[in-house]
Amino acid sequence: MGLGAYEKVDFMLTVRVIPCLDVSHGRVVKGVRFQGLRDTGDPAELAEMYEAQGADELVFLDVSATHEGRDTQLETVRRVRERVSIPITVGGGVRTADDARYLLEAGADKVAMNTAAVLRPELIREISERFGRQCAVVAVDAKHTTPDAWDVVISGGRKSTGKDALEWLTLAEELGAGEILLTSWDRDGTRSGYDLELLQAASDAVRVPIIASGGANSAAHLFEALEHGASAVLAASIFHDGDMTVRDVKTELRGLGVHVRL
Amino acid sequence: MKVAIVSTGIANIASVQAAFKRLNVDSFLTADADEVRHAGHVMLPGVGAFGPGMAKLREHGLDEALQERAANDMPLMAICLGLQLLGVSSEETPGVIGLKIHSSSAHRFSEDVRVPHFGWNEVVPDEGMRFIQRGFAYFANSFRLTEAPEGWKVGWTQYDGRFPAAIERGNVLACQFHPELSGEWGLELMRRWTSC
Repeated sequence: MGLGAYEKVDFMLTVRVIPCLDVSHGRVVKGVRFQGLRDTGDPAELAEMYEAQGADELVFLDVSATHEGRDTQLETVRRVRERVSIPITVGGGVRTADDARYLLEAGADKVAMNTAAVLRPELIREISERFGRQCAVVAVDAKHTTPDAWDVVISGGRKSTGKDALEWLTLAEELGAGEILLTSWDRDGTRSGYDLELLQAASDAVRVPIIASGGANSAAHLFEALEHGASAVLAASIFHDGDMTVRDVKTELRGLGVHVRL
Repeated sequence: MKVAIVSTGIANIASVQAAFKRLNVDSFLTADADEVRHAGHVMLPGVGAFGPGMAKLREHGLDEALQERAANDMPLMAICLGLQLLGVSSEETPGVIGLKIHSSSAHRFSEDVRVPHFGWNEVVPDEGMRFIQRGFAYFANSFRLTEAPEGWKVGWTQYDGRFPAAIERGNVLACQFHPELSGEWGLELMRRWTSC
């Protein structure tokens, strides 16, 4: 039984196309392999533009989130929430259930945990039990070690953990993750397409939905990810650079037989 | 007019508040049974699990207040878990009885599909629905009703099979999806209900 939503036809769950906005100090930035950031705009304005283009959800990753930066982050979430009527996932600096609470109260619908969950996996259970599984997204950055194995990397890719990515996904699901945001560290920023082997292995390993991330540069790339088990596809640069709108991409996907909301 | 949003301490109702704000409808949070009894419109957002959700309603005496509203056909809207709390029971917390405002129970999705059911799915209404129109709605649920409650009109969607995406009877509307996260279509739905 195929689990990819793209296989279904008519009157069925659509595939989600999700622009990702990297935020630093209240502004949207974009990094190649998370370095060399450059300012590309206001999060609330971009969010509104993406909703108008047909984005199904938005993900905000605060690459500068620190204890000192929290107020700015929450203010950004509030400003975005005022402007859009689609789901918002916010990640960056989520270390405790209270951190999640502040983000949810500010208007996030889901919170993404990454480094803090790797260092203390119980965080997933705490957030999932307190706010519900549907709020608990676990973001995993995975890097190839051997042709069919991946390590979890943390701290914006600066540190390798030696943990097997697929084992970590399985544990995250057991602890209450409602969704996995899976980024290929090898592909992120390269525009060479998603790591399809990683997606296939991950979608076989867990039953929760997987959001594919890292490497997308075309609708064809998104289509490949959906064929390899992703339930949703996340991209940044193809949308931010204005090469293609979300609507362009979804129209192309529809042409390829994918069920999308247009 | 003002909408009373039932708030028993669960955090993420900001999206519901923001949606009313965009509709220029005033709203306020309350866990007070008398306010819930007498408000013009009441919204029951639902996030979290069935058992704790019912416990919170009972703790504040909100169970009876909500049952009275429904019995008197006073405007009431329930979202997500809220729709399930209005029913009889849920596989999520066996043994706990719901508000029994409608006659259906919630069951977990089958193993054939990824759970939670996350994303935009099409809603197709029964003939003659007042609030629900055809369109795409945003869902985030692991449980759902499997049958139409007796005496309610149903907007349907499909995942592992067909299931009620929303039900309505008189001035009472309950949605498994999140209208507040369903773009313009969802806002228009909320607008129709606030106009009743």
